Amino acid sequence: MTGDPLYIDGVDLTDLGIMAVKVLVAFTFLLVATMFMVWFERKLISDMQNRIGPNVAGPWGLLQTFADGVKFFFKEDLRPENADPLVFRLAPYISAVTAFLSFAVVPIGGVFGGGSSGTVTIFGRETFLQVADPPIGILLLLAMSSIAVYGVMLAGWASGSKYPLIGSVRASAQAISYEAALGMATVVVVILAGTLSTHGIVAAQSGGISRWFLVSSGIVPFIVFLIAATAELNRPPFDLVEAEQELVGGFHTEYSSIRFALFFLAEFMNVITMSAIMVTLFFGGPAGPILFGMTWFWPTLWFLLKVLAFLFVFVWFRATLPRLRYDQLMHLGWKLLIPLILFWLMFISLKELRATHDWNWLATYGAAFIALAVGASLLLAGLRAGDRAYQKELEDA
Amino acid sequence: MVDTLVFIVAAAICLTGALGVILARNPVHSALMLVMTLFGIAVLFVAQEAHFLAAVQVIVYAGAIVVLFLFVIMLLGVDRAQNLELSILPIQRWAALVFAGGSLLLLVGLIVVVNEPVTGAEAMGGAASGDENVRLLARSLFSDHVYAFELTSLLLVIAVIGAVVLARKPKEIQSAVAEELGDN
Repeated sequence: MTGDPLYIDGVDLTDLGIMAVKVLVAFTFLLVATMFMVWFERKLISDMQNRIGPNVAGPWGLLQTFADGVKFFFKEDLRPENADPLVFRLAPYISAVTAFLSFAVVPIGGVFGGGSSGTVTIFGRETFLQVADPPIGILLLLAMSSIAVYGVMLAGWASGSKYPLIGSVRASAQAISYEAALGMATVVVVILAGTLSTHGIVAAQSGGISRWFLVSSGIVPFIVFLIAATAELNRPPFDLVEAEQELVGGFHTEYSSIRFALFFLAEFMNVITMSAIMVTLFFGGPAGPILFGMTWFWPTLWFLLKVLAFLFVFVWFRATLPRLRYDQLMHLGWKLLIPLILFWLMFISLKELRATHDWNWLATYGAAFIALAVGASLLLAGLRAGDRAYQKELEDA
Repeated sequence: MVDTLVFIVAAAICLTGALGVILARNPVHSALMLVMTLFGIAVLFVAQEAHFLAAVQVIVYAGAIVVLFLFVIMLLGVDRAQNLELSILPIQRWAALVFAGGSLLLLVGLIVVVNEPVTGAEAMGGAASGDENVRLLARSLFSDHVYAFELTSLLLVIAVIGAVVLARKPKEIQSAVAEELGDN
């Protein structure tokens, strides 16, 4: 299955069947999970804010999202007179499709380590529990998140209205800025795992918590990834894209009916996908103890529990943290996260190089420390000079 | 069979996109057509087993460069159809035609003269798996082509610094001029 993404060597009905089942399962899982994620977020936020939240539709308001979804279908589909008709229609689909596609590379189960490489047998074929296994693996996530920018950007532009345009320009600037930090945090993991493929990354983490990249990469890449992912998702505290007080509703102000629902779906689906990616990169994916019977069941359960923990964290962020100002957002991204993860990337690469070439411990880390000190002081001096010039400009103005 | 089919579909997408870039009236539509072409090329890369290049094509070109194009188009407000007849050099169209035709002839001629596979796994003497792809690329980039690589990054740094210098308002110059005028 690996190394032949176009099926040049031929494909038979079994392959097609397995593929169809996988796609169907992932699609349904994402849709249902999104439905409950919306409910989960509203319920959790209302708990944190000491109110009840949705409680009418179904038990504990569980069917609230379903009711909202049905309502969306029956609303009028408005299109502003100034809107660009084609691009206005295209934008929501770009958002929704990219949100679905990035989930394709996440391994959602399978036993890794202990002689097992994470494959399961379906219909007599060995296969991984992930929709697709492209040779570029984790790069698919980065590609999809850079394409997702188009959805937001085009939606804002095509609306032919000023608030959506401002919202979408903010969104794309933010996404491009934080993609750098996100990508480099991913590179640290790729260097440690020695492979781009997601199941390879999970396999490299098998064998106990100390092997998880959260620990062996030294936590910093995980923290950078978490912050950058939150910004990439336009979630609070980085939700300047739809700052209600300033921009009405941001890039989707002019959207109604099912097109708005598609944006909404894409946003929550991306939250789930990002959580799943973080679990894959830093928390060993489906790794966990297999307690009794049914070996295929436990890894999937552990995976889902870990993802749920991250979903909780994202909602918790929203309930706790105030929104950043725009310049604070850019400072955090460019002046803190990117230099930090760059230094960390260098350090991890050096550590790996020393291990393979058996360099002298003291000489390697001594040279690294001196280079780090020089680089850091140059950077700090530059930042301070920049700040002083900025302050002076402010005073002059 | 499948690879021929993939090639035909991807080439059709590329060419449609390329035509769209020059024929669309609206610059934003042109930029989107460019994205379509880039996607077609990414598929062609995959068909040649250059998976990493395909990913980079989407991440860098479609994900960053065309987004910047769109940024400029949106922020400068040139996103309305313009009359191109007015602002054109008299020989521009003919020159474009000549250069495009010349490049095409040169490329086809080279491929015919060399008469060997010039791209893909066959040219590399065998298929490379996903990770081997990255290793081969990195090795040639940081050994055989290291000077070209470093010079390119230097060029990019110069371009960035130049853009920042040009974009900054020359406050000092303004205030110096104002002082000069005030003294006299």
